[in-house]
Amino acid sequence: MKKLKVAILGSGNIGTDLLVKALRSPYLECTFFIGRNLLSPGMTKASGLGVRISSLGIEAIEKEPESCDLVFDATSAMDHKRHWQILDKLGKTVIDMTPSKIGRMCIPAINLEECLVDRHVNMVTCGGQASIPLAYLIGKTQGPVEYIEVVSSIASRSSGPATRLNIDEYVETTEEGLRFFSGCERAKTILIQNPAVPCVDMQTTVFVRIKSPDLEALAVEAERMVGKIKTYVPGYRLVAPPLVENGRLMIMIKVQGLGDYLPKYAGNLDIINCAAIAMAEGYARRFAEVSA
Amino acid sequence: MPSKVLISDPTLRDGNHAVKHQLTEKQIARYAAAAEAAGVPIVEVGHGNGLGASSLQVGESAVDDLTMLKAARRELLNSKLGIHVMPGFATINKDIKRAIEIGVDVFRIGAHCTEADITQRHIGFVRDKGKEVFGVLMMSHMVTKEILAEEASKMESYGAEGVVIMDSAGAYLPRDVGGRIAELVKRLQVPVGFHGHNNLGMAVANSLAAVEAGATIVDGTARGFGAGAGNTPLEVLVAVLEKMGYSTGINLYKMLDAADLAEKELMPSVPSIKSVSIVSGLAGVFSGFAKHVERISGEYGVDSRDLFFELGRRKVVAGQEDLILEAAMDLASQKKKAPAETS
Repeated sequence: MKKLKVAILGSGNIGTDLLVKALRSPYLECTFFIGRNLLSPGMTKASGLGVRISSLGIEAIEKEPESCDLVFDATSAMDHKRHWQILDKLGKTVIDMTPSKIGRMCIPAINLEECLVDRHVNMVTCGGQASIPLAYLIGKTQGPVEYIEVVSSIASRSSGPATRLNIDEYVETTEEGLRFFSGCERAKTILIQNPAVPCVDMQTTVFVRIKSPDLEALAVEAERMVGKIKTYVPGYRLVAPPLVENGRLMIMIKVQGLGDYLPKYAGNLDIINCAAIAMAEGYARRFAEVSA
Repeated sequence: MPSKVLISDPTLRDGNHAVKHQLTEKQIARYAAAAEAAGVPIVEVGHGNGLGASSLQVGESAVDDLTMLKAARRELLNSKLGIHVMPGFATINKDIKRAIEIGVDVFRIGAHCTEADITQRHIGFVRDKGKEVFGVLMMSHMVTKEILAEEASKMESYGAEGVVIMDSAGAYLPRDVGGRIAELVKRLQVPVGFHGHNNLGMAVANSLAAVEAGATIVDGTARGFGAGAGNTPLEVLVAVLEKMGYSTGINLYKMLDAADLAEKELMPSVPSIKSVSIVSGLAGVFSGFAKHVERISGEYGVDSRDLFFELGRRKVVAGQEDLILEAAMDLASQKKKAPAETS
């Protein structure tokens, strides 16, 4: 099968980790790694791996539109709005890693296949990738949900400056994803950064207020969903079976990363990137079918 | 002329931790009126963890943010209305904009002591709107004075008009406070403040050490009404500061009246240093965890003191209340295994 040509826009933690993952994929070929500063750690890493680099930002793709079929945008929510206008005209398929909320929200465990008809998908947030499959499951199998809440703690060192500056966008985008996929109108998201050394793994708790939860059935369904997520995020696991404490239905999960660019504790970075790679591979298979 | 100390009173915010965030509109109005009468400069109101924090994670408040703020707003004329805001819980669009509309005067934007950069946009936004804004560094005992000064400088650079360090776990001794405050005073142009908790019986002494090291903002609550072992009792603080020759602008008699009213109207019991509070202070764990630890240790049959030390080992920060449950489950399963191993 012919590999899909992908470009990565943004040379921070997300972009550089995506690069390592893309290079490993049997379906993807990273043809361009684009940032702003040739001396940044991400650029150095990319050129060390023999990948073509550019410091021209989006202009690099405007100048050579044939260099790629798919673009991962790992810049910022604000920049993404401008980038999409350009990439749309060029007919590119775009996977948006920022919390811009403009493309179709994509959670591979739920809607990978449906998303393949769109050329523009948004990977929501790391907390969204971790929690929304469980929220969706609860909404689908446990009857009407009154309220849903997701709390994630991440290691401080795992979030770069753009992520930290955009904490409000993180919260609001995750909440929108929760509402959309669970069908519950009231959703809340909390993000905690923990500076402890050694660094803590990403941990997410989904709290649900619901009339009469069926814990046994949910435990089975949750295991099945975790299995599905594990196919693209190997370090995703339940901390304990779903439980009820103080009137709250709770599901706790931990995510360990693959340790590609950032260490294993950065499960938050890993999960959104693994989800994006799963999506890109989906497009690669689809393109191969169409051209076959 | 005596040096001035600006008093900020979070009775109606930190006190909410002590009653699982169940303060009512009427209680808020009653105490706000008493604080206004006493001339308390800033009256802080809200959920214990601040704006937008009512949640299953840290506890749902009886009254929503806006109702609480409006109830206090109606009673305050000369006293300013203040709130605590933690990015990650509250956002500018959902929460801060509405608080500005209601007429909040003072915004205290807080973060864990190493995470000042998450407050940049919130501090900048409030400052642009022409409101008073302070930076707050929580759990400040967890880092050195140099790191603390570095983080405080960031907040100053974002536009904070003062930076308050919190002894959120009640873990400090006076010399710890003096050293940190002196460092901040040396490094910052803006006023420096201190917010104490009384787990080790040091709240008033620590506040005094802060003032003597150059702090000009100090927090205290009526009868110490607050998380864990409670805060610095404001009526004691005012008396001690007056005796030391500092001026607070608060009328002592009326402050004593306000404290009496608070005891009667707000508190099922006056905060005291319970055995677990001592452990929580020693372990350096966020005071707001106390009620959750009490409940969960009972449910899982583990010693609440072991649970506090375990949480201290895990270096949990404010907002990680879900980890209490996980730590309790781990302790409970260790307890089950232990007898088998010895046999």
